[in-house]
Amino acid sequence: MKKDLLSIDDLTRDEIYLILDTTEAMREIGQRPIKKVPTLRGKTIVNLFYEPSTRTRTSFEIAEKRLSADTLNIAVATSSVQKGETLADTALNIEAMAPDMIVMRHASSGAGHLLSRICRSRIINAGDGMHEHPTQALLDAFTIREHKQRIEGLKVTIVGDLLHSRVLRSNVKLLTKLGAEVWVSGPPTLVPPGIERFGVRVSPRVDEAVAGADVIMMLRIQQERMHGAFIPSLREYFHTFGMTRARVALARPDVIIMHPGPMNRGVEIASDVADGPYSVILEQVANGVSVRMAVLYLLAGGVDVD
Amino acid sequence: MNQEPLRFLLRGARLVDPANGRDGMFDVLVDGARIARVGRDLPADGARIVEMPSGLVVCPGLIDMHVHLREPGQEHKETVATGTAAAVAGGFTAVACMPNTSPVNDNAGVTRYILERATEANLARVYPIGAVSRGQKGEELADVAELRESGCVAVSDDGRPVATALLMRRVLEYTSMFDMPVIEHCEEQTLKGDGVAHEGFHASALGLRGIPGEAESIMALRDIALAELTRGRLHIAHMSARQTLDAVRYGKARGVRVTCEVTPHHFVLTDAMLGAPLPYDTNVKMNPPLREEADRDAMLAGIADGSVDVIATDHAPHHADEKHVEFDRAPFGITGLETAVALCFDRLVHAGVVSLARLVELLSVNPARVLNVPGGSLAEGAPADISILAPDMAVTIAAASMRSLSKNTPFDGWTLRGGVAATIVGGRAVYVNEGTGLKL
Repeated sequence: MKKDLLSIDDLTRDEIYLILDTTEAMREIGQRPIKKVPTLRGKTIVNLFYEPSTRTRTSFEIAEKRLSADTLNIAVATSSVQKGETLADTALNIEAMAPDMIVMRHASSGAGHLLSRICRSRIINAGDGMHEHPTQALLDAFTIREHKQRIEGLKVTIVGDLLHSRVLRSNVKLLTKLGAEVWVSGPPTLVPPGIERFGVRVSPRVDEAVAGADVIMMLRIQQERMHGAFIPSLREYFHTFGMTRARVALARPDVIIMHPGPMNRGVEIASDVADGPYSVILEQVANGVSVRMAVLYLLAGGVDVD
Repeated sequence: MNQEPLRFLLRGARLVDPANGRDGMFDVLVDGARIARVGRDLPADGARIVEMPSGLVVCPGLIDMHVHLREPGQEHKETVATGTAAAVAGGFTAVACMPNTSPVNDNAGVTRYILERATEANLARVYPIGAVSRGQKGEELADVAELRESGCVAVSDDGRPVATALLMRRVLEYTSMFDMPVIEHCEEQTLKGDGVAHEGFHASALGLRGIPGEAESIMALRDIALAELTRGRLHIAHMSARQTLDAVRYGKARGVRVTCEVTPHHFVLTDAMLGAPLPYDTNVKMNPPLREEADRDAMLAGIADGSVDVIATDHAPHHADEKHVEFDRAPFGITGLETAVALCFDRLVHAGVVSLARLVELLSVNPARVLNVPGGSLAEGAPADISILAPDMAVTIAAASMRSLSKNTPFDGWTLRGGVAATIVGGRAVYVNEGTGLKL
C-alpha cells in the first residue's frame, strides 16, 4: 500500500481485494461481545473534518476505537480555522504533534494531496470536494461482493447528481478497475464532461440505464441544485430520475439498491424502494465500519506496524 | 556590464530585424541611446568593438505587452523594480503593465506613479495600460484621454472582461479618436461561474469546476462584432481556446481591426498538468485555464499561420503563501517573464513551428505595432533597445534564482534550448548573461 489513501487510483486491483478480504476479518471483530482488538494500540489518529459529517466521521471513529487507536476529532467549528489559519498551517501544527494518521474531510478537491505533501503522517481521504471518497467506494464494493459474490461482469447503474459527486468518481474508478460494466445516468446538466473516458456508459434515459442492472446506486440530489439551473424542480427530478418500484422492476429480479446517504426520500428515491426488500442501504453503513478498520489496519502496515 | 550609454559596435552576430527586412550577418553601431548605423563590415569609427561570441542573435528589443507588476498595492507579489528586473533577465526591453493594481490604474496619478517607479528602477521600459472603467467596475468609462496623456498606451479591464456590450461599444468608439487599442480579457462571466480549470476530462476526474472554451470565444465574438460596428481597435488578451482563434480568424477575414496574443503556457502546456506530475499543483492554475491538446495545437497552428499576432506572457506573480492553499482557493496566474524566451525557442523555433524572424515579429515587431510604441525595429535612428539571444544555449529553469519577487511557475526544473545573452535598453546593457562569453 502507498503511504496515503487519497484516491482509488492509489490502489491496485490486488490491494482492493486485500482490503475487501481484510474487511471480512474486521467484521468478525464487530460481532464479538467485546468489540475491540489491540491492533492500533499506541497509534494516534486525528479526524480532521472541515465539513459536517455524521456518518463518515462516526464510522471512522468507531473503526479507530475498535482497533484501540487513540483518536482525536477536530471539527471545523471548534478549530483555529475560524481564525483564518490556512490548511497548510493547520497541517503543520497537527503534524508537530506527530499523529500516525490523519483522516480528513474537506470541501476542496485535492485538499488531501496538499496535506499529504506537508505531512509525514498517513492521510486517509474521507471525502474531498467533488473529487473522491475512496472508503465509500470500498464499502460499496464490499457490500456488492457480499450479495453477488463478485464484481467483475456485473452491471452497476449509478443515477443522480454525477457532476458534484465524489462518491461517483471513487465508485467509477473502483468498479471499472474490477471489471464491472458501469452505467451512469442523470440529467445532462449534472454529468461531468468527458466522463465516458472513464470507461462508463452514459445515458440520460434512466430506464435504459437500469435495464437488467445487478446493482442500482443512487446519488443524492442537493436542494440547492435548482439555483444553478441544473434542474427545474425536485418534483420534476423525481418524476424523471427518481428510483421508483416501476423502475426497479426493469432491473434484474435480484437487484440491490444502494445509497451512500444522506438520502432525500421522494427526491432521488421513493420511500418504498429505500425501505424495500432490495435495499442494502443500512448494510452499507454497517460495512463502512469494517472497511475503515481494514483500511486503517493495512495502512498502519498490516501485522508489521511500522 | 556598463550602465552608461556610449558608442559601441556589435560585430559578428546574426541580425534578425524583420521590420527592416534584415536577416544575416550585420554589424550594429550604437551611439548613445540610439542605433547609429546598421550594415555589413562597419568601421569602428572610434566606437568600442564588441565581438559577439558565435551563435548569438541580435534583434529588436522584445516587448511583453501583458504583465502584472502589482505596484501599487501588492508589493509582496512584485514591484515595478523586481518586475522590470525579471523582464530584462528574460530578454524584454519593455513591458506593458495591466491596470488591476490597488488602487486601479484608472487615473493619471496612478499612471504617473508607475512611470516614476519605472524611471527609478531604470531597467526595462514600462508602458502602463489604463483601466477601461473607473475602478474596473464595468460601469463608467475611466478618463481615457487623461490616461493616454499621462502615458497609458492602451486600456483594459484585464482580470475581468469589459462588463457589458454597451460599455465595450463605447470604449471602442471613444478610443478610436486616439487609435488606441482596447485589450480584452474575454470571459463570459456566467459561463465561467466559479470554475477553476478547463472543463473537460481532467477537471472532471479531479473534481474541479470547469470553464469551457466557449466562455472565452463567446466574449470574443461579442467584441469582434462591436469592433466591426465601431471601427475601434480590439486586442484579445491571452487567447487559449480553439474557438476563440476561429473567432479571430473570422474577424480578420471581415477586415475587423482585431489582433490577439497567446501566452507561452497556452502553447506549451495542457490541462493534463492538473493531474500529473503533481496533482492539484496551484502553479498550473491560471485564467484562462490550460486547455486541452486540441486547443494547444490550435494555438501552435495560429502562431504558425499568422493568425496570432503577439506572444505575451500574462506574467502574474503571486506570493508563495497565496499559492500554498487548496486548488480552488489559490489565485489564478503564473509568472512568465523569465521563461518565455526559452519556451519560445524550444517549442516554436527548434520545433519548426516558426522561423526566428517570425518569432521576432511575435515578440517585438507586432507588440510595438499593436501598442503603437517605439521599438520592434533596429532602423538607423531608432532607440537602441536590443535583445541579444542565444538560440542554442541550454537553459535549466530555476524558480528560486529568478528575479521576479514571486516564484509561481510550473516550469521549474525544465531544461530547454534557447536563452538570453543580453538586454540593452536605450543603449545601456541592463542585463548580461556572462555565461555566454559576451562582454558588453
